[in-house]
Amino acid sequence: MKKMKRFGLLLLMTCCMIALAACGSAEKGSTDAKQGSSLEAIKKDKKIVFGVKNDTRLFGLKNPSSGDIEGFDIDIAKAITKEMLGDEGKAEFKEVTSKTRIPLLQKGDIHAIVATMTITEERKKEVNFSDVYFEAGQSLLVKKGSDIQSIDDLKKSTKVLAVKGSTSSQNIREKAPEASVLEFENYQEAFTALKSNQGQVLTTDNAILFGMADEDSNYEVVGGTFTDEPYGIAVKKGDEELTEAINKALKALKDNGEYDKIHKKWIKE
Amino acid sequence: MLRFSILTENFHLYLEGFKYTIGASVIALIGSFFIGTLIAIMRIAPLRPLNWLGTAYVEFIRNIPLLLITFVFFFGLPVLGIVADGFTAGTIALSIYTSAFIAEAIRAGIQAVPLGQMEAARASGLSYGGTMRYIILPQAIKIVIPPLGNQFINLVKNSSILGVIAGFDLMYQGDLIASRTFVTFDVYIFVAMFYLLLTIPLSLGVGYLEKRLARSH
Amino acid sequence: MDFIGAYQPDHLAFLLEGFAVTLKVAFISIILSFIIGLVVGTLRFAQIPILSKVLAVIVETVRNLPLLLIIFFTYFALPEIGIKLSITASAIAALTVFESAMLSEIIRSGLKSIDKGQIEAARSSGLTYIQTLKMIIMPQALRRMVPPIVSQFISLLKDTSLAVVIALPELLHHAQILNGQSQSYLLPIFLLAAMMYFVVNFSLSILARRLEYRQA
Repeated sequence: MKKMKRFGLLLLMTCCMIALAACGSAEKGSTDAKQGSSLEAIKKDKKIVFGVKNDTRLFGLKNPSSGDIEGFDIDIAKAITKEMLGDEGKAEFKEVTSKTRIPLLQKGDIHAIVATMTITEERKKEVNFSDVYFEAGQSLLVKKGSDIQSIDDLKKSTKVLAVKGSTSSQNIREKAPEASVLEFENYQEAFTALKSNQGQVLTTDNAILFGMADEDSNYEVVGGTFTDEPYGIAVKKGDEELTEAINKALKALKDNGEYDKIHKKWIKE
Repeated sequence: MLRFSILTENFHLYLEGFKYTIGASVIALIGSFFIGTLIAIMRIAPLRPLNWLGTAYVEFIRNIPLLLITFVFFFGLPVLGIVADGFTAGTIALSIYTSAFIAEAIRAGIQAVPLGQMEAARASGLSYGGTMRYIILPQAIKIVIPPLGNQFINLVKNSSILGVIAGFDLMYQGDLIASRTFVTFDVYIFVAMFYLLLTIPLSLGVGYLEKRLARSH
Repeated sequence: MDFIGAYQPDHLAFLLEGFAVTLKVAFISIILSFIIGLVVGTLRFAQIPILSKVLAVIVETVRNLPLLLIIFFTYFALPEIGIKLSITASAIAALTVFESAMLSEIIRSGLKSIDKGQIEAARSSGLTYIQTLKMIIMPQALRRMVPPIVSQFISLLKDTSLAVVIALPELLHHAQILNGQSQSYLLPIFLLAAMMYFVVNFSLSILARRLEYRQA
């Protein structure tokens, strides 16, 4: 019996070691961000890691052929990196979704979120926001010729498609409580669901919707904007240094015309 | 340690999800049983083309992911003009996927019944269909109940894919509550508890059934 | 249905990239879960006081939960108690935890299926418990368990697709990205992705059957 207990103990220790090894080999947050200022870490590693969307046309879209991510958010991030570190090549990008962006920031996997993120009071409790870098508003996307032309047309039988965890899904429940809302993992899934007639209308920021209409001419943006959705760059809560540095860079871009250039490139109003 | 307020404040949502999960599992169990029986009979019927079709169905469905099948139904059915919301498309996908496993279990059950019985029954004048219905299948079903029970447990677990296609099940409701409250840990622990409420009794039940059936042999 | 547009060379390459991730994650998870499953299954079989009961509770709980829930939990909930894993690490961890629980049950029932008489005979002829396990019981049990074990590996490969919800860049995720480009790519792309899973899994199941025949 004694030998069996020793054997059991040995196996238990082996298990614990395997478990610890697995935890230890978990990818270290690529930012080494400590509580407080990531700015020092950024200056030391000479890179900024941005969380960006990969599935949002015009703002952050991965090109399957080249593997590059392209969009307004990416260009803004690169321009800011150029202002802060002198070289836009020092900007690194990681994919985020509306659901994963805050957790990834808090984990330290990314320094900043530039991912069509609306500044809200509730979010301010979890993150620090930079100044507004894009003025958007929530709107509706429908198939051309649809009966739905504004938010008042959303009835009890209407199925509205949105993304889990987005401000748009919360807003639409408030503004059109009779309609049913179906939420999906990301905008691409939601749009595919719209194209598959799983719902009659998709709602989110008009900027993102313009991208979808750009991709498929069978769909159009209707109803104007019924909310204000100012986009901000989010960093870890309490990191005042990084927030200020980003704001400084943003102001520089607006002053020297770079911002207008990027805006014109992506947003055709 | 756990914030029970999360559970109490959102209880009606958890309950909704619970009902949809049970609903999908039960409907898919019935659906997959019928389809599975059909496929099983196809596989052992004395017609080569049917054999081949049945085998191709089982081998193909068994070896591809459930989520892929689900996406095909969810995004693809409307293209064919069939209106199917998340719950419906998901339940159909669950039925199709599970039917392949049930077909295998039933086939094994039927083939475990001694061959002599089929010959004796045919010799005394019963048709192929009649033999199956009155002699073979009832015995096969006894052999098949434990694997069926296990498939039901799998169905309950697999029904969680409804969460990805807005199927209103436990997983979906949990996701919504989590994205609203940002308190992911507690929310998902409660979701887990609801699932265990279903799967553990089923697991114990199947274990008990297995012992009972083993004894009667 | 636009097969030609869907099957452009860079699309195919994109799918294969995803498939490579699927295979990588599956492979690592298979090895880890086999080791852990073997250890846990054996410990439970050995009926070591307290330890076996604790393991039993853990295994039964994990086995009876949806894998999708475990994946979500690992990636989204664990950070709240301080365990922060990357997408890939979360996928591997969740898969490993779940599949080890499943495998431990298979191995435990395999060990149980060996006639007790063999254990008694071996012990009475002087072999220790560990030696008995190693030389007599385990080899036989493993041989018997090859089909269910390979079956579990096949499940694991399919289950990697569930990690699409945490944006693991595996095959199903890449298939969805391509589908986003055009509605008419939907069925062709899904069909191709299905074939990729099918080819690997079907081959594995044929391999399992061959192994079974060899040892019969």
